[in-house]
Amino acid sequence: MTSVDMTKTPSANLSMVLRLFLLAAVAGLAFAPWWAGRADLRLLMEAFSFLALAQMWNLLAGYTGLISVGQQAFVGLGGYLFFALAMFTGLPVLFAIPLAAIATAVIAIPTGWIAFRLQGPYFAIGTWVIAEVFRLIAAQISALGGGSGISLPVAIAKSLADSRAGREMVMYYIAFAIGIVSVLLVWGLLRSKWGLALTAIRDSEPAAEAVGVATRRVKFMIYVLAAFYTSITGAFVFLQKLRITPDAAFSLNEWTAFVIFIVVIGGIGSIEGPVIGVVIFFFLREIAADWGTWYLIMMGGIAIAVMLVDKRGVWGAIKARINLSIFPVSKTLD
Amino acid sequence: MVWINAILQGVLLGGLYALFAAGLSLMFGVMRFINIAHGDFIVTAAYLMVAFVTGWSIHPAVAVVLVLISLTTAGYINQRILLNRVLGKDILPPILVTFGMSIIIQNALLEIFSADSRRLPAGWLETGSITISDAISIGWLPLMMFGAAVAVIGGLQLVFYKTALGRMLRATSDDPEIVPLMGGNNAHIFAVATALASLVVGIAGIFLAMKTNFDPSAGPARLLFAFEAVIIGGLGSLWGTLAGGIILGVAQTLGAQIDAGYQILAGHLVFLALLVVRPRGLFPKM
Repeated sequence: MTSVDMTKTPSANLSMVLRLFLLAAVAGLAFAPWWAGRADLRLLMEAFSFLALAQMWNLLAGYTGLISVGQQAFVGLGGYLFFALAMFTGLPVLFAIPLAAIATAVIAIPTGWIAFRLQGPYFAIGTWVIAEVFRLIAAQISALGGGSGISLPVAIAKSLADSRAGREMVMYYIAFAIGIVSVLLVWGLLRSKWGLALTAIRDSEPAAEAVGVATRRVKFMIYVLAAFYTSITGAFVFLQKLRITPDAAFSLNEWTAFVIFIVVIGGIGSIEGPVIGVVIFFFLREIAADWGTWYLIMMGGIAIAVMLVDKRGVWGAIKARINLSIFPVSKTLD
Repeated sequence: MVWINAILQGVLLGGLYALFAAGLSLMFGVMRFINIAHGDFIVTAAYLMVAFVTGWSIHPAVAVVLVLISLTTAGYINQRILLNRVLGKDILPPILVTFGMSIIIQNALLEIFSADSRRLPAGWLETGSITISDAISIGWLPLMMFGAAVAVIGGLQLVFYKTALGRMLRATSDDPEIVPLMGGNNAHIFAVATALASLVVGIAGIFLAMKTNFDPSAGPARLLFAFEAVIIGGLGSLWGTLAGGIILGVAQTLGAQIDAGYQILAGHLVFLALLVVRPRGLFPKM
C-alpha cells in the first residue's frame, strides 16, 4: 500500500474539508441531548436507525449485488425476538437486543440457504416471500399478541433509567451508537481483506470468481451479517416504539422501500451514499410528510428519476466529476 | 369429502393464479425482467373495470373491451418510453423503477378510489354453481376463470410457436443482440411483449374484480402469488405456470381447510419447500 499525500490535489483538500465537517457534525450530534428538544431527539434517533438500515442494505446490494426487498424480515425478527426475550426471560434490555440479533443471524442461515437458490430479480422477490412468511407466523403467535400485536411492559422501559429524561438520553445514545457503528463497521469491513473481495464482486462478479474470490461464501457471510445488524436496529426501533404488531414489524414500505430510496438517492455502492441519502430523505419528509399519498407518489417518482437520470445517485454523480472520498477505501498509487 | 372439495376449489383457484402469472412469465421469458408493479397493474385493471361498469354505467361487455385496450396500450407505451431505458445487464434499475411504479400506482389508486374495498357485482355468476354432491359443488365463476386460464395459456402458446410474432419473441428471448442484426427492432419487440402481457393482466384484473374484494394495497400479494406460480412451474414454461398456479391454489385451500389463518402461509411454505427440492421448478425450459 502506498501512502497518499492528502494535500496534493484540490479534490484531496476538499475531501479533507468534508471529513472535518462530518467529524464536527458527529461531535455536535454526540451532545444532542444538551441542545436538542424532545421532538428533535426523536427525529435524530429515527435518522440513526435508518442510517444503519441503509448501510446494511447498501452493503448487501451495493457491494455483493444481492438485491433484497425482504430486509423487513430481519427488522421484524429483531423486534419480536427482543420483545420475547425481554418479556419472558427478564433479560436486561441491553443484553436482550444483541441476543435477539444473534438469534436472527442464526435464523438467517437457513433462510439465506433457501433464498440463494434464486438469482438476481428472483432473489429479490424470494426474500420478500420469506419476510411474508415471518409476518404471517408472527400473526399466529398468541403469546405475542397474534395479529393485533403487543406492548412492551412499562417496567421494562423503566429499567433503562428512572426518569423520563434519563430514559430518553439512554435511548438516544443507543441510536447514536447503532448509526455510527454501522458506518464504521462497513468502513472497517471494506478496508479489510474482505473489502477487497467485496469491491471485486461489486465491479465484476465473474472476474472476482476468476481471481479466486469465493463469491458465494462472501455473499452469504454478508447476507448473515446484514441480517444481524438489521435485527439490532429493528430491536431498538421497537424498544423506542414500545409496541409491536406484525404489520408494523414486517412492513415492506417502512423497512425496505424507504431504505432503498435512501441508498439509491444518496448513491449505491459507497459509504457516503447512505449518509447523504438519510439527510435528503429526512429533509424531504419534514417538508412533505403532510402531503400523505402525494408524498409517497413523489418518493416513487424520485426513485424512478434517479434511475433514468443517473443511477449512481447524488454521491456517485459528484464523484464522477471530482475525485472525492470521505471514507477512503481504495488503495491509490500516484 | 371436505378435503376433496378443498382440492377441487384449489385447482380452480389455481386458474386465477395462472392468469396472474402468465403475464409475468411472458415478460420474463422475453426480457429476463421482473415487473414488481405486476400485481398493481392487475389491481388497476380491476379498478378500471369497476369504474367503467358501476361508475359510468358502461355495458360490461364494452367495459371488458375498454379495459383490455387501455391496459394493452398502456403496457406498450410504458415499455417503449420508460422500461426499455432501464433494461440491461444491471438488474437494479428495472427492479427499482418498477418498485417506484408500484408505490405510485398504489397511492394514486388510494387517492382516486379511497381505501374502501371494492368488488364488481357479477350477478348470478357470484353464487351460481353446479352441485356434484352434498359436499362438492363447482361455482360457475371459478370454472370460468379456470377455462380462461387454459384458453389464455393455450393462446399464448399458439402465438409463441405458430406465428411470425412468436418467432421474433423467441428469437429475442434467445439472443437480444443478434435480433437487431437480422432487422428486428428490440425496442418494438419488447414493447409488444409487454403489451401482450398487459392484455393478460387486464383479463386477470377483470376476474379479480369479480372474484374477491380488493383495495389499493392488494397488488403486492398478487405479485407474490404470480411469482410463486412461475417459479414452481419452471421459468419459461407457460403450461408449467398453469401447473404452478394449481399447486399454489391447492396448497392455499388445503391450508385454509386446516385453519383460515393458514391459507396464505401454506401457499408460501409449499413454494419454499418446492424451491428446496426443485430449485429450477417442475418444468424448466431455460
